[in-house]
Amino acid sequence: MSESIVELKNISKAYGSNTVLENINLSIRKNEFLTLLGPSGCGKTTTLRIIGGFETPDEGNLLFEGKKINTLPPYKRKVNTVFQKYALFPHLTVAQNIAFGLKIKKVNQSTIDEKVKAMLQLVNLAGYEDRDITSLSGGQQQRVAIARALVNEPEVLLLDEPLGALDSKLRKGMQIELKNMQQRLGITFIFVTHDQEEALTMSDTVVVMNEGIIQQVGTPTDIYNEPINRFVATFIGESNIVDATMIKDYLVHFADYDFNCVDFGFGENQPVDVVIRPEDIKLVPEGEGMIQGEVKSVVFKGVHYEMQIQAKDHVWLVHSTLMEPAGSRVGLQILPNDIHIMAKEVDG
Amino acid sequence: MNKRWFATPYLIWMVIFTIVPLFLIIFYAFTVKTDAGFVFSLEPFIRSLEPTYLKVIGRSVLLALISTIICLILGYPIAMILTSKAFSQKSIYLMLFVIPMWMNFLLRTYAWLTLLEKNGFINVFLRKIGLNPLNLLYTNQAVVLGMVYNFLPFMVLPIYSVLKKLDFSLIESAQDLGANSVEVFTKVIFPLSIPGVVSGITMVFMPAVTTFVISRLLGGGHFFLIGNLIEDQFLTAGNWHFGSALSVVLMLLIIISMLITSKYDTDKEGSVGLW
Repeated sequence: MSESIVELKNISKAYGSNTVLENINLSIRKNEFLTLLGPSGCGKTTTLRIIGGFETPDEGNLLFEGKKINTLPPYKRKVNTVFQKYALFPHLTVAQNIAFGLKIKKVNQSTIDEKVKAMLQLVNLAGYEDRDITSLSGGQQQRVAIARALVNEPEVLLLDEPLGALDSKLRKGMQIELKNMQQRLGITFIFVTHDQEEALTMSDTVVVMNEGIIQQVGTPTDIYNEPINRFVATFIGESNIVDATMIKDYLVHFADYDFNCVDFGFGENQPVDVVIRPEDIKLVPEGEGMIQGEVKSVVFKGVHYEMQIQAKDHVWLVHSTLMEPAGSRVGLQILPNDIHIMAKEVDG
Repeated sequence: MNKRWFATPYLIWMVIFTIVPLFLIIFYAFTVKTDAGFVFSLEPFIRSLEPTYLKVIGRSVLLALISTIICLILGYPIAMILTSKAFSQKSIYLMLFVIPMWMNFLLRTYAWLTLLEKNGFINVFLRKIGLNPLNLLYTNQAVVLGMVYNFLPFMVLPIYSVLKKLDFSLIESAQDLGANSVEVFTKVIFPLSIPGVVSGITMVFMPAVTTFVISRLLGGGHFFLIGNLIEDQFLTAGNWHFGSALSVVLMLLIIISMLITSKYDTDKEGSVGLW
């Protein structure tokens, strides 16, 4: 584990009576690609703006390389931001936009020209130096925004939903490019998105947020396979969540059946939530498997079929490459490894 | 298309009240009246180049320029303050700037008369605190004051509307790239507000260079601007030819100044987009 570069300690922020962030604790390591993921209004952008210096926390401390920088103005911070709508300067050309930060630092012109050229190369926009910002496509503007931030060689790059305005194909391409850039340059990226797929594809660490509170921090695999609560389970991918009772360690009861599982430590006869991913349910002939039901609907999704299967007291969502026609009766098989148990959340 | 006919009243209005008078002015400017009727002559123009009149034209341009610069220096910060977070929610502050414009122009200027007079408010106050009264009225400064006072809103409003539309994230991204508040202003805010500044300058300079009311009230009878001169030729001297020639000179001055300002107006957002 390398040392942490940015640390948020007990940070809270409210606008009037509206609490946006509640006691945020987060440590971001050097050279890490960290994603803040959550629905709109969850506080992810506010967290980013606090790190960037555009908001000050009401409570708690923001540390940069161990030093408190709560109120340090943005222009003195060793971070750069790629803004959601790029915020490129419309009165400047592509090259002048990228050179903006260097000009302010009074770097000499020949060095600036060199660096701008190298940056344009990096973002695949060589030869675009004298173009007008307004003549560029969304994807190109996006690259200029990234180049404008990266040319300053920041220790940390903040990206606020930078791919939000791109179409899905361009988006996928940029995801890979950004990830490559981050690995090549060895810069810490803090990336904000509401797109769970994007977060899983690019990140080393995903921070799932909701209503101003960090729900779970972990690697993409952890977050997907071991969601800590109902919110994370439903927000990241699709899932079946059912009420269950943990009979004892390694045995859980739901859908009138006692399932073997791999979880333990919840106590005996404790109510729990069970998460099963739709692709982890296997369709078998009726009579086999643990749950019996009838196929209610079938939707073709490209790679797989999405089927809803009506069991006695629950509709199960199943993803499978094999299709069972609507109306047919099937059995559902669930293996111990695919059952994820979460402690019940206290309502409120 | 039949819709074209909707423009007819406007067209008639334009012809009667703008185009015909314009041609009349040009006609009078290039003629003199003789016993044989109107004959073509450049005499009115040659007369307008006499030193006495050149001085008047020069003074008009100079005072208008000074007023425009003062309006810009005062108006820009005012526009910025009005767009700042503390004020932008309360339209009352903007209203305070607009309300005087609802009052009659003459009344507003007369109000200054009573303030600046020999026995006006300011001099009474100065005498009260034991200072010598000043000769405030009927000076260049009084005319400039009247122009700035009357035309300041025309500088503030266009700049205000451009600044209000300015994307705040541009300011943030400049800060993010290392610009302190001075650099943010000089490198981002000001360059992006130039269309507003250009239309502000046009909207102040044009009425300032043509005014004859302010100079007559605050400049006194002997203080001639080109506007007074023209007025005088038409109403008192009865020399319509010379008056028209001076009007054409004034028009040329305005066209030249608009051409200069429009050079800097890249967005064609201001009122000078015409050119």
